[in-house]
Amino acid sequence: MREFGYQRAFDVPGAVALLGAEPEARYLGGGTNLVDLMKTGVERPALLIDVRELPLDRIEATDAGGLRIGATVTNSDLAAHPEVRRRYPALAQAVLAGASGQLRNMATVGGNLLQRTRCGYFTDVAKPCNKRVPGSGCPAIEGEHRNHAILGASAHCVAVHPSDMAVALAAFDAVVTYETADGPGELPLAEFYRPVGDTPHLETVLPAGALITGIVLPPAPVAAVSRYRKVRERASYAFAIGSIAAALDVRDGVVQEVRLAFGAVASRPWRAREAERLLTGGPVGAEAFAAAADAELAAARALPDNGYKVTLMRNLVVAVLSELSELPGAPGESGTTDLSGEAAR
Amino acid sequence: MALSTAGAITLNINGEKHTLPVDHRTTLLDALRERLGLTGTKKGCDQGQCGACTVLIDGRRAVSCLQLAVAAEGREITTIEGVADGERLHPVQQAFLDLDGYQCGYCTPGQICSAIAVIEEHAAGWPSAVTADVRPEAEAPPLTADEIRERMSGNLCRCGAYVAIVQAVARAAADTERAVGAGRAAGAEEAA
Amino acid sequence: MTTTTTGRLAVVGAVGTAHTRVEGRDKVTGAARYAGEIPFAELAHGWLVLSTIARGRIRSVETAPVLEMPGVLTVLHHGNAPRVDGDYTGPMGPPDPALLVFQHDRVPYAGWPVALVVAETSEQAREAAEALVVQYDEEPHDVAFSAGRPGTYTPADTPRAAAEQRKGDPVAGFAASAVVVDAEYTTPEEHHNPLEPHAAAAQWDDGRLDVVDSNQGSAFVAQELAKLFSLDPGAVRVRSENVGGAFGSKGTRPHQVLAVMAATVLHRPVRVVLTRRQMFSLVGYRSPTVQRVRLGADPDGRLRALDHEAQNLTSTQREFIERSADPARVMYDADAHHTVNRVVPLDVPTPTWMRAPGEAPGSFALECALDELAEKCGVDPIALRVRNEPAAGPVSGLPFSSRNLLACYEEGARRFGWAGRDPRPGIRREGRWLLGTGMAAASFPSGAAPSTASVTAEPDGTFTVRITAADIGTGARTALTLIAADELEVAPDRISMRIADSDFGPAMIAGGSMGTRSWAWAVTAAARDLRGQLALGGSIPPHGITARSDTAELIGALPARERHAFGAQFAEVAVDVTSGEVRVRRMLGIFAAGRIVNPLTARSQLVGGMIWGLSMALHEEAVRDEVSGGLVGADLASYHFAANADVPVVEADWVDDPDDEDPVGIKGIGEIGIVGAAAAVANAVWHATGTRHRHLPIRPDRVLLAGPGSHRQSS
Repeated sequence: MREFGYQRAFDVPGAVALLGAEPEARYLGGGTNLVDLMKTGVERPALLIDVRELPLDRIEATDAGGLRIGATVTNSDLAAHPEVRRRYPALAQAVLAGASGQLRNMATVGGNLLQRTRCGYFTDVAKPCNKRVPGSGCPAIEGEHRNHAILGASAHCVAVHPSDMAVALAAFDAVVTYETADGPGELPLAEFYRPVGDTPHLETVLPAGALITGIVLPPAPVAAVSRYRKVRERASYAFAIGSIAAALDVRDGVVQEVRLAFGAVASRPWRAREAERLLTGGPVGAEAFAAAADAELAAARALPDNGYKVTLMRNLVVAVLSELSELPGAPGESGTTDLSGEAAR
Repeated sequence: MALSTAGAITLNINGEKHTLPVDHRTTLLDALRERLGLTGTKKGCDQGQCGACTVLIDGRRAVSCLQLAVAAEGREITTIEGVADGERLHPVQQAFLDLDGYQCGYCTPGQICSAIAVIEEHAAGWPSAVTADVRPEAEAPPLTADEIRERMSGNLCRCGAYVAIVQAVARAAADTERAVGAGRAAGAEEAA
Repeated sequence: MTTTTTGRLAVVGAVGTAHTRVEGRDKVTGAARYAGEIPFAELAHGWLVLSTIARGRIRSVETAPVLEMPGVLTVLHHGNAPRVDGDYTGPMGPPDPALLVFQHDRVPYAGWPVALVVAETSEQAREAAEALVVQYDEEPHDVAFSAGRPGTYTPADTPRAAAEQRKGDPVAGFAASAVVVDAEYTTPEEHHNPLEPHAAAAQWDDGRLDVVDSNQGSAFVAQELAKLFSLDPGAVRVRSENVGGAFGSKGTRPHQVLAVMAATVLHRPVRVVLTRRQMFSLVGYRSPTVQRVRLGADPDGRLRALDHEAQNLTSTQREFIERSADPARVMYDADAHHTVNRVVPLDVPTPTWMRAPGEAPGSFALECALDELAEKCGVDPIALRVRNEPAAGPVSGLPFSSRNLLACYEEGARRFGWAGRDPRPGIRREGRWLLGTGMAAASFPSGAAPSTASVTAEPDGTFTVRITAADIGTGARTALTLIAADELEVAPDRISMRIADSDFGPAMIAGGSMGTRSWAWAVTAAARDLRGQLALGGSIPPHGITARSDTAELIGALPARERHAFGAQFAEVAVDVTSGEVRVRRMLGIFAAGRIVNPLTARSQLVGGMIWGLSMALHEEAVRDEVSGGLVGADLASYHFAANADVPVVEADWVDDPDDEDPVGIKGIGEIGIVGAAAAVANAVWHATGTRHRHLPIRPDRVLLAGPGSHRQSS
């Protein structure tokens, strides 16, 4: 880890100005990803601008009926917040499914969006990686890629985005707000991450020097009946090998509205818009769910060792939508419907 | 811009202020172990992947290996050395000792700090990944074995002491609840 | 007669009753100090640089720019490091070539030590190590492991074990068998990953080398360092007071040698601590195995032929045999019996002992094959094993010192609720989960090795025991305290147990499930001698009265026997074949493992072993990249072992099984807990789903691709 400067920012314009003055600076939130990457030599910033003291640590209702979540809100506070749990339960579940209690206490919402892939080639500076060293190659394609992308990847990179939280945010049409030296801006999460293409090292479309200030969740009554399910190689404290955020509004046996997003299948949270389109206005049931999943996954391009993810995601769509469609609670109704599915024991 | 890469900081640890020069690269974990002689906090992976370095920061559990010391200035830090009440062990420590919630002991301080926070997080009504219904209208989940297992999963134990760890956390939580309940009852009596 | 006339009888009997750990308070308060935590004045910090290529030669180590960096004191490498002597035979044979650090320019595998940067602080050392440029001449490497691949050979027999053993005629045996199971099983590369990384600090103190270390046997490490550095054995002191887990990985390793080299060069104390990532190539691991098991039986399951062929890999540096075929030589008899352990050298680090070496992977294959045979014969898995229970060593013909396996089956079946189990697979469902149960048998060799101990009667009425034992989390310190207390007929709090200091004399390592038994023998012998001296009467002088023991002769006089601990493992699992998730719901292990000294810590150790088995069955796997020759994801986020949420109620208990040859009755319990546990889980997964999983770990992708299984009843 090289030597670096450290400055604490106390207001947003100040933070942005500090970053603008040092091209090799990074914002430091909880540090749960950045400090690790600095230890492994993947990141070598010259200056850290600590943004934890910025007044961005609140969750507030918006006039439109949604929520505004500050960028420095910790994952723990996000998941514990009553309005998040009430209006967007899948978001709380997604956050709780990530990392550990300790890491969730440290990690911030803004940092979570920007966390880097856990691909074992990316995190090992002794190995080639186009995302880390553009042009050096992607050994995962010929090598170990069991937990790599089946959707939206390219011949240059097949890494997946590790966030659970972002999957739920994608399902709920979150908008990312940011500040630059030229003023504020915003980006729908759907446009926030770049397609991989031949530039896997460029991950978002955030303007240079921009500081994420928060996330706005638009009102989404459908989200009141929502669920996040994550499959991983141990029961807890592991990254997903496949996950799904889903919300469903069914009236008289007809799908009024559905939200579906996949995790651990692409370089970004994957909003399953084709599946949503097919399901909307149609019937519920395993067959319809499977057909919609198949349509979404028709674009999947599996490598020799990650084809199971196609089956996994199809099964998860059917299982989670079936579960949601069988719940008595419809949007707007209150109650304490069991949203957990069956626990293993 | 010439950047200073080191400086003197003041850390508030277990209620005492320590001023020390640090390289900005120094993590809170290394500051504790290498500079302050507080070696009860353990380094297992140094990457936030095992939980052995868990401490409490402003009352919340955190991994000190990913916490830069310079960024911890101004915050209240509690380590394993600060959880007992003098010679009297914290109920979590006592339960780990009595029920053999460890073997080699290396993950133990982190487990204990984590467990103390788990009991508080649960009392505050925080849901977990195995909570049946996360909505605030739902009844708060009891601290079942499954809830403890999930909430303690950020602390790996290679010896495989998990079964006794879960028993120890459950006992300590029950002790704490009884103590709080007794305190409340006493308070109510006084008020009456 | 129940009259007690002295106060003594009341305190006899510490052994066999539950005692919390004597160092327990230190461990729960953080006061217990481990190797990397002992302060030294003027301590310098060493940081290793490992090869990034898998084979070749070091062309240059560009030290000049690094030596200019802040705080850097020296950079050791093959061009300037002190020479060491590798021409000797130690207790474990010739030295591991990995200990001959920086003695030549060859790189035999990825992650080989090429330099050590020493600096004033660990931050400075780390940055300098990262900045150090090493140029290589790279040569092609080969790390691809597969069954029978070119280069595979049958190693020579060792004094302790034959590589291959044959009895009867396998061809005829299989031809005459009504039922045959013939299956290939594989286990992956597995790493010990003790939570405490390897750490050693070395300093020269008045002409003596003083090393503070984390190891499984300080006397062994001291002896090895003395030989490597051509020192008088008495000139080296190694201490290892607390050890944060070891599991076979904490013998003599490069970092101790490097700490000594650096301390010698710099004339000041130097500490070298391995990073988690470095541990993946520097401290050994369990080789992957590929195993073919063939069982031929009569329709009732009685074995006619048994063939277990196992293969593992080793490095080009040293032959290490994972003796996976050995359990079959103990467990089951057949007229035709063949077992062999083969090996292939590749461009990888040398594997080593890891908890239940041989027995852990071997029992997975053998005990799964037994389950397959039970299915084919339509015989209950326990009944099948009972039917094939041998009266004497199946290959050796030697009598068993004791073999109480049948009692384990009986007690285990009763407590687990095995009776009435429907043998049909894939028919129990609870929501999205298919449920199943499975069992397996376990064995692990029991032994003792020569050790020395001293016991001192102090003038204040207490006793001090000194022995170079190691408590790596086993509870040995506490067990030996109880044993000494009983032998001296005093309460345990009168015993001061001092361990893990090579100055106390030679003693067995904590390994092979032999540590506590070997040390207990020596402590018992010294305590008996002391008691004899005290019985003569007289006052105790200020320096106390000391008795010493050496058990070499006693142990050497033991007759030839089959000596083993045994056990029966049970597991219940839930499998979601639509997501591939497998969850273990409960485990039970019943063991016949000698006399249990401290039930509290013994239970912890056995349960811990069973959790290792669970972890082996479902989680553990290091992935080697054939292109680079190194591991991908050498960290604890990628190398998964069970987290708390993976572990259900796991119970361990035991049947009465004292070892009459041992003065305390101990057999050893460090390893038996893992043996058979992975097989019990895998057999339960079959019972749940109808699919045989012969390749570990049973990952979600494997369960998903296998589908619901051929035996599943259609609904």
